[in-house]
Amino acid sequence: MTEEEIKKTVFQLLQRIAPETDPSQLMPEENIREALNIDSYDALQFIVSISEKLNVDIPEEDYGKTSNLKSLLAYLSKKLEG
Amino acid sequence: MIKFQMPSLGADMEAGTLVEWRKQPGELLHRGDIIADVETQKGLIEIEVFDEGTLEKFLVKEGEKVPVGTVLALINDGKAEVSESAVPTEETPKPEIHPIEERPETPQEKTEEGERIKISPLARKIAEENRVDISLLQGTGPEGSIVKKDVEKAISEGVKPIQEAQKKTEETSAKLAAPNVNAMRMAVAAAMSKSNREIPHYYLEKRMDMSKAMDWVKEANKERPIQKRLLPVALLIKAVAKALDEVPDLNATWENGLQRKNEINIGFVVSLRSGGIVVPAILQTDSKSVDEIMENLNDLIPRARAFKLRSSELSQSTFTITSIGEGGADKVFGLIYPPQVGIVGFGEISEQPFADEGMLGIRPVVDVTLAADHRATDGLIGSKFLAALNRHLQNPEEL
Repeated sequence: MTEEEIKKTVFQLLQRIAPETDPSQLMPEENIREALNIDSYDALQFIVSISEKLNVDIPEEDYGKTSNLKSLLAYLSKKLEG
Repeated sequence: MIKFQMPSLGADMEAGTLVEWRKQPGELLHRGDIIADVETQKGLIEIEVFDEGTLEKFLVKEGEKVPVGTVLALINDGKAEVSESAVPTEETPKPEIHPIEERPETPQEKTEEGERIKISPLARKIAEENRVDISLLQGTGPEGSIVKKDVEKAISEGVKPIQEAQKKTEETSAKLAAPNVNAMRMAVAAAMSKSNREIPHYYLEKRMDMSKAMDWVKEANKERPIQKRLLPVALLIKAVAKALDEVPDLNATWENGLQRKNEINIGFVVSLRSGGIVVPAILQTDSKSVDEIMENLNDLIPRARAFKLRSSELSQSTFTITSIGEGGADKVFGLIYPPQVGIVGFGEISEQPFADEGMLGIRPVVDVTLAADHRATDGLIGSKFLAALNRHLQNPEEL
């Protein structure tokens, strides 16, 4: 899976949680939750949906790496390679 | 004979529109069965029955808007007597099996993008299962709303399934069941004005050390698959239920005096992206484990946001929790949801300097507030409650 494909999936899943937003407008280092106004519950649902869709395990101590697009994409790419 | 009445789904509800009967006369009813859909300011709500018996007859037709307390139907529980004479004694017309078809058709306004399509939950479910594009249907229910029969007719006539209209339908589907934003705003406004007008609130606040609780959640989550992981709020809810068990005067309502409640049903404030709040209840919170509370939240929060709650979940809460969650304000001072007598507010859990046994350290802490009704209790009771809550949070393994 290319980084572009991962990005597309991430955008789709974010849009499902925050339907009135446009995740593709996110800046790489912007805090996703703050920018899209996602609460703690939806943030957990987002991580669950990514993990299911891409079939990767995301342990709780790695949640911090999912806070912005840059680190999230890097983290997922690395997971999918391994 | 039991009189089945229009329930009150909150202090702000004065009337409701009976949109669709989900049972027919002669059917056997069990406790918890959904008997009807009622439209309120909080959306279309599935109304449950709390009695066993046979549905005898309807007294209110689909489409009628009636005040809270109006007798909607009679349920035969095998006892001959009807307790009150308020029920019409003259021969009521035989229950109509197809009442919808006998009403004049309401002219259907053209559905424009973003406009709400009125459809009952049952009809929507059938439409979704059969991929019927509801924007193409003519509703024959009350105020032109689409009911089960319309969808079934469309399926039998082979109305084209969702195709080009799909994208638009998906975009609007989240809004379909939603009351318009203004109605939601007015519902919150009515409840909160009543609260502020009638309830003399007193406020208490306590900072609580969350290190043990957060360690417990962290450890618990290591063993759990991602779908079953806990949020700290599940533990907070459980701790509140335990504290209420010790201080029952706060698990009560104020209606001509303090009325303690037997069950602890904690209402959890869910905010909506479009504005407004919904407060579904976690029924019998005290008898549930932390995992069960989390499962309950996983079920309730998405349904609350989609306006797909049941009547019991909206009407049975005995106490309320509002939690700011990660990244938000440090403290929240709530307004009590009448006729309840207390609300607990949890700010964001954040790392702060915290002194314990002569040592200063950096720990995760949460600022907890209690707003309580001073007619019902005094500060001593409130303080006792916060102390009990704190004690439970220092012993998370016992929760």
